[in-house]
Amino acid sequence: MGALAQTPFLSSSRKLLEGSLVGSMDAIILQILNGLDKGGAYALIALGLTLIFGTLGVVNFAHGALFMLGAFCSVTFARLLTISERVRDESVTFFEAYKEIPYLEVWYGDTGRAIVDWAVPLSILLAVPFMLLVGFAMERGLIRFFYKRSHAEQILVTFGLAIVLQEIVKYFFGANPIPLTAPPALAGSADVGALFGMPNVSYPMWRIVYFLFSLAVIAAVFAFLQLTTFGMVVRAGMADRETVGLLGINIGRKFTIVFGIAAVVAGLAGVMYTPILAPNYHLGMDFLVLSFVVVVVGGMGSLVGAVVAGFLLGILQSFASMTEVKDILPGIDQIIIYLVAVVVLLVRPRGLMGRKGVMES
Amino acid sequence: MPIETPAWSRRRLLQTSAALGAGLAIPHVFVRNAWSQDKVFCNNPTGGTVTLGFNVPQSGPYADEGADELRAFQLAVQHLNGEGDGGLVNTLKPSNLKGNGILGKKVAYVTGDTQTKSDAARASAKRMIESDKVLMISGGSSSGVAVAVQSLCQDMGVMFMAGLTHSNDTTGKDKRRYGFRHFFNAYMSGQALGPVLAEEYGTDRTAYHLTADYTWGWTQEESIKNATEALGWKTAQTVRTPLGAGDFSQYLTPVLNSGADVLILNHYGGDMVNSLRQAVTQFDMKSKQVNGKQFEIVVPLFSELMAQGAGDAVKGILGTANWDWKLDNEATKVLAKSFGEEYGSPPSQAAHTCYVQTLLYANAVETAGTFYPPEVIKALEGFEFDGMGNGPTLYRADDHQCFKDVLVVRGKENPTNQFDLMEIAKVVPRDQVTYDASIFGGELGPSDVKGCAA
Amino acid sequence: MSESVLTSEKGIGRSPAERHRPKGDGMRGFMSSSRSDYVILAIFALAVLTMPVWLAPIGAGYPDILQKFAIFGIFALGFNILFGFSGYLSFGHAAFLGTGSYAAVWMFKLLSMNALIAVVFAIVVAGIFALLIGYVSLRRSGIYFSILTLAFAQMSYNLAYSVLTPITNGETGLQTSRSDPRILDTMMGADPHILRTPDFFGIALQGWPGFYFCAILLILAFFVTMRIKNSTFGLMLFAIKSNQNRMNYTGFSTRPYLLAAFVISGMYAGLAGGLLAVTDPLAGADRMQWTASGEVVLMTILGGVGTLLGPVIGAAVMKYLEQIFSSFNEGFLHRSFDFLPTGLQDFVVTIVSPFVGEGWHLTLGLLFMIVVIFLPGGIMEGIAHLTRRFRKGETGGSGQTARTGH
Repeated sequence: MGALAQTPFLSSSRKLLEGSLVGSMDAIILQILNGLDKGGAYALIALGLTLIFGTLGVVNFAHGALFMLGAFCSVTFARLLTISERVRDESVTFFEAYKEIPYLEVWYGDTGRAIVDWAVPLSILLAVPFMLLVGFAMERGLIRFFYKRSHAEQILVTFGLAIVLQEIVKYFFGANPIPLTAPPALAGSADVGALFGMPNVSYPMWRIVYFLFSLAVIAAVFAFLQLTTFGMVVRAGMADRETVGLLGINIGRKFTIVFGIAAVVAGLAGVMYTPILAPNYHLGMDFLVLSFVVVVVGGMGSLVGAVVAGFLLGILQSFASMTEVKDILPGIDQIIIYLVAVVVLLVRPRGLMGRKGVMES
Repeated sequence: MPIETPAWSRRRLLQTSAALGAGLAIPHVFVRNAWSQDKVFCNNPTGGTVTLGFNVPQSGPYADEGADELRAFQLAVQHLNGEGDGGLVNTLKPSNLKGNGILGKKVAYVTGDTQTKSDAARASAKRMIESDKVLMISGGSSSGVAVAVQSLCQDMGVMFMAGLTHSNDTTGKDKRRYGFRHFFNAYMSGQALGPVLAEEYGTDRTAYHLTADYTWGWTQEESIKNATEALGWKTAQTVRTPLGAGDFSQYLTPVLNSGADVLILNHYGGDMVNSLRQAVTQFDMKSKQVNGKQFEIVVPLFSELMAQGAGDAVKGILGTANWDWKLDNEATKVLAKSFGEEYGSPPSQAAHTCYVQTLLYANAVETAGTFYPPEVIKALEGFEFDGMGNGPTLYRADDHQCFKDVLVVRGKENPTNQFDLMEIAKVVPRDQVTYDASIFGGELGPSDVKGCAA
Repeated sequence: MSESVLTSEKGIGRSPAERHRPKGDGMRGFMSSSRSDYVILAIFALAVLTMPVWLAPIGAGYPDILQKFAIFGIFALGFNILFGFSGYLSFGHAAFLGTGSYAAVWMFKLLSMNALIAVVFAIVVAGIFALLIGYVSLRRSGIYFSILTLAFAQMSYNLAYSVLTPITNGETGLQTSRSDPRILDTMMGADPHILRTPDFFGIALQGWPGFYFCAILLILAFFVTMRIKNSTFGLMLFAIKSNQNRMNYTGFSTRPYLLAAFVISGMYAGLAGGLLAVTDPLAGADRMQWTASGEVVLMTILGGVGTLLGPVIGAAVMKYLEQIFSSFNEGFLHRSFDFLPTGLQDFVVTIVSPFVGEGWHLTLGLLFMIVVIFLPGGIMEGIAHLTRRFRKGETGGSGQTARTGH
């Protein structure tokens, strides 16, 4: 036993067990919370991706770019709100140095400042129509010509589009991350643990807001699909595209709208994520691979699967980052997502909730 | 490609030195030049121009920093060619710069994209050497790239004047005869920051490190850990985070319950922006009390662009910097004016180091009287100078590291303008950050390499 | 030369093997190389070996970029054996490239600076690695296969960058150093403490000798690919691509063929990785990143999937964009458009500059979209179009012209 206890595996697992139970419960609850907000973002991106794949049969590699565009809607909106009066700093003579005071603040005082503070949530007002337009334009201008082409070509053309979109953003906004803040009322951390009698558990407010927001958007999408005639057609299309086409329903129009909705969902995920992650132009690429893994783990074409897998992978990723786990398996936090994908694909290739046979050959 | 030094350049040299009228120098230059004339070396310039290669990140996360470095290089080339206001060409002491190019040849330059990847950086550097026939390569925004390009330059026999690279390895374990670094390193950050931390936060502190999981992160973590533990601090935990993790919440949540009362973020670029912002604005760490003490966050390496990206989160955060445009000395004012008038913004520390490196190379060539690298290296080794914005500075011969004052900076609470993001908390004198060159090992290697002329 | 076009209704790149019939000018018999194949090989060899001459006018006549053309040509050729012939889209081939590089540098460190040993070892190690990953990944097909390969490659990359640093030297990259043992070299009496460049029995493989070394291997790789394409094995792969189910129904086990193709293409990648290390003895983890895997897909598509020559051309175009386009700064543009009057010159430079220098990625993305939209068969299809236009009427109803665009 003495000799065995020296192996890293045993000593650290013992540490995990013997460490005060209360302390590790705190840590576990915190990591679950962590997984929820991360998972919210994954779920929203994967949801749109699955919607597009399920109805249109298109593998959209530009979906990460849509998330990124959403984030930059926030940036643009915040910049519009903070168009500023420039007060020159006279101490600097050889270039334009100035302090910026937003006109909103100059004109409307505290009300103006409050509007500026709430820029991120308010930018949803801009993001929804903008992303809808982007989605429509993408579908009409490009995607619809690729319904009959191979998946490989769909991947390639949307990948090309993703590069183009991110380079355009880089041209206008630079490569540096741009800081955006949550409204002061929702910034900082909240003592959520107090609700369960755990004084040491406090968690960032905005992340809780993000989690709730993602739930709301997911609920809205599902309600839309379940409760409207349009949604019924879309669901029917996901189940059996050819038959729906045969019924004489104008699929083309519906496809455009579905694509628009998916773009809005991805965009909203991006808008609200900005206070968590300062956006830069390659934000989309960072999320692209991840979101595909989520879709595959959930099951290609399964909306519920995408949501479940999103949260699941978020939570797993959080747990893998715990030092106690990393002591046992060094580097596990670097590969956990991919490892899960490999295991799921080998054990249950249709994903957690996918139907059998989708995309298998 | 072997190209003999044509006779006229020697004549030109003699004329130049004669024009200087430095009687003592004439025989010296004459002898040395005669000696180096039959030396064959990589890209010996034959025409009326000499080409320098500026290899910076133009795509990827450091693209903005690369763009700023490129602006600095362009300005340096202008000043070397006698255009513009001359900038630091006028302030460098001792100087052999004449403002008519380098050794009378007009300075031209080529640029390339490192993509912050070793492979791309080396391919780009090779293009510069093989196709554009450059004599010197400078630039870079990360240590991995710097080390990779530096060793290539050693093999090819081309001078490498490193841009922004902060790892101890660049002039430590991986130092090279042909590579020179003006920027400071992680060890110096630790030495400079330590006493200030003790002064501000006391000696009874427990630190929690989050470290980017790659070479630079590790050397910085080690340097800061050693420096703080020497002051009596304890280290609660050191946690490695994947490069480009983006969301650090899963690494930040355990911090407050770990018993630590200081968080040290060994991150750079996007990682630093995100981890700092998340720690401050979301986990609200700066307002927490732990062990009866105010919780503090330290970011050992700061840059202006990162401060911009982090926004308000950077206020009150301590870190170190190589240089700042608000420093109160003549050369700094000259450069800030020159750069500011040209581009409408002050130079970043990355821009400053790149600008200075270009001038130092040119000056070393003028001093050596030849482009022959072994002679240029000799001129740089042990070169003691001033008037580049950092006060008296030494290019140490043992490891090709510059030694100069290091700045401890603090994110400014009430900026008076959009560039006023950091204030200088302390200027730590040079001898306090100087260390023994042998502690990091490594060896410089030979100066006489056949390189691409072989 | 026949070109197979990646266009189909379902599945990944169902290339029509039925169109893969002997034509007057190309594939005469699948089992043996016909005389015209040797003619093509000879022309290819000549074109590759004279690259330093005919690429010099466009600024690509220097050793490093030509080495890269050849090396990535080999990489893309190998990738095409899997993707182009069998239709399996691997998104993780960069892992084998990286493994090959690491293997080669380790040989330089441990045994000898002889390039031959390093390259052979690189191929073997990459082959074994490909066998392992291929064995697992080929249990699935379609996009699942792609995601599996992607996941394996990303795991390799992430680990190589961090916890495997003792083997890979992490961010800095694996390099040779003077303290390396180099057992064989020491036995041969060489002083191990003098750092040499990799050589081929005494010829240092830097600069031009390095290029010719890579070029000869590229020609060899091209020849092998040609033989594979014309063999029964190649025919099998095309048949799998056209309809795997039908193959299975006939009682044929397709997996051994696919695995063989996967391993062969992995070995090509290993060779390419080894050559990267030979011409420049440093191996970094970046080579394994998924974007690097994506790059080889782009190269292959750009040039023409399933064609022999396409991937090589695609690789060259990509590397040219990356190396040369990225180096055009504004000063260069002003000099290039010097012949225009000042006002117009500034205007043109303003229009062009977002696409070059730091904007080279934008050009890449646009070029890529244009190719996929209008020329699904890549550059090779474009060439075929042009040739056909030249001899109008001869191939009026070939059915391939209608497949471009919308």
